[in-house]
Amino acid sequence: MQELEMAGQGSLRLSRKSDDVVVLEKDLSTEQMVLSMGPQHPSTHGVLRLECLTDGEIITEAEPYLGYLHRCFEKHCEHVDYPAIVPYTDRMDYLAGINSEMAYCVAVEKLLDVEIPRRVEFIRVIVSELNRIASHLVAIGTYAIDLGAFTPFLFCFRDREHILNMLEWATGARMLYNYIWVGGLAYDVPAGFNERVLEFVNYFRPKALELQQLLTENEIFVKRTKGVGIMPADVAINYGWSGPMLRGSGVQWDLRRNDPYSIYPELDFAVPVPDGKLSVVGDCLSRHLVRALEIEESLKIIEQCIDKMPGTEGFNPRAAVPKRVRPKAGEVYGRAENPRGELGFYIQSDGKSTSPLRCKARSSCFVNLSAMKDLSRGQLIPDLVAIIGSLDIVLGEVDR
Amino acid sequence: MEEGKILSNAVEESGAAYAVIHEKFGEAISAFDDNATMPFFEVQDTALWTDIALFMRDHPKLKFNYMACLSGVDYLEEGKLGIVVNLESLGVFSHRIAVKVKCPRDGGSIPSVAGVWHTANWHEREAYDMLGMPFDGHPDMRRILCPDDWEGWPLRKDYRVQESYHGIKVPY
Repeated sequence: MQELEMAGQGSLRLSRKSDDVVVLEKDLSTEQMVLSMGPQHPSTHGVLRLECLTDGEIITEAEPYLGYLHRCFEKHCEHVDYPAIVPYTDRMDYLAGINSEMAYCVAVEKLLDVEIPRRVEFIRVIVSELNRIASHLVAIGTYAIDLGAFTPFLFCFRDREHILNMLEWATGARMLYNYIWVGGLAYDVPAGFNERVLEFVNYFRPKALELQQLLTENEIFVKRTKGVGIMPADVAINYGWSGPMLRGSGVQWDLRRNDPYSIYPELDFAVPVPDGKLSVVGDCLSRHLVRALEIEESLKIIEQCIDKMPGTEGFNPRAAVPKRVRPKAGEVYGRAENPRGELGFYIQSDGKSTSPLRCKARSSCFVNLSAMKDLSRGQLIPDLVAIIGSLDIVLGEVDR
Repeated sequence: MEEGKILSNAVEESGAAYAVIHEKFGEAISAFDDNATMPFFEVQDTALWTDIALFMRDHPKLKFNYMACLSGVDYLEEGKLGIVVNLESLGVFSHRIAVKVKCPRDGGSIPSVAGVWHTANWHEREAYDMLGMPFDGHPDMRRILCPDDWEGWPLRKDYRVQESYHGIKVPY
């Protein structure tokens, strides 16, 4: 085959296929460009940098760079007492502080073998489900704003404010709570808390429906997310995905159900997975749908807890809190279902010290984000924004 | 995927899973430590770790398809570095097991399992970043959380922080 280069026409070339056939080929691939997205890009939800190799509007390779928010959580853990680690866990996933505390306390309590008062367990579940709703509202609201819908964002933040006010009333803080302690709680909930929570549940149910009509059934939103960033179930498991991300791929796996902790086995709730009617299973819309459906399940859990919760007679939230947390020698991997997936703590204790020998946080966002490179290959740049938004990452937890 | 399958007897079942692995690899893995909080075994022949991992993932009776966590650990007294890998069979069986792999502190390395579980890719980079043992056969062995030109391995027990980084005083 002969090739004839035409002067001055780099992308055009003549090639002789046979004696009497000459083809003029136009090479459509343009020059590759490196596009750095972040660390200050609003759609990266924090300080994440994506180095994208783009071919026109198509991404050939997107390499995430992390560590901008690395605060040496694991090193700090080796130098402070077990109870003093709780505030650090708040600062990992700052949108769901109570859920992070819960995961850490579940892990340490496994090693300690303490009996937790029943009322404590109910309060823990109520506040962590409230926090889960708040976290999902941020996820949904910011996802909408990533895709250009401003109103749902305001609706979500309005309702989240009610939750934060309630949590502030109970714990004294709006985001960084230090409320769940190893073996108990910092305080009992204030008088009248349950009534106010029920009031909120009744207020919020219609609002959740409104949000669904406004966003989930919005044609523009569906067009931006349906069929984008599809993750098959087996690949998702191999990537270690968990939480709404894994359920978005159609795997019915929820640690509250499959590896139960606290009082979750006594509660009746569904584990929603997309049925493929509205969305393509595994795409961005599926992940959004799972979060939207989970809000309803959390409301159900809260109602049941308030119904079954034991009274305050002779109740001391710190009754089982050890004066000195010094677990027996051994290792544990404890975990809990966070709004973003499985948050696990690997803790190694030597049985003598009051601080862990090693405390590793298995961050759900870190693991979910690691699939970014494969998910973004061959996608359009605007779809990349849709994909990152659907991952719902909190960089505080990715970098720890 | 069966809904509502609870992993209550996961610890007992992990013993049966260990027996299958022990049958295949024999002396290459240690005895089974069936403590209640985290049952584990240790890989004695480090070079076989990737084979063991593949076997655990693909054997029809094991199907450890999900790597929950990989933690790098410094065993200062033994003079070793190591990893602790928490594995489970998501949606197939209800067993869970932890595997420990160790290597010498100086110049040691551990075979990579990034090709077995994608999760291991970033976790191994993090373990390398924090403890400094490279993973053989890893597709992209770079630091992940610390900057590329950071000195030392922060999670080693004998770590001393560098005095300055690009003219910025580091110890506070």
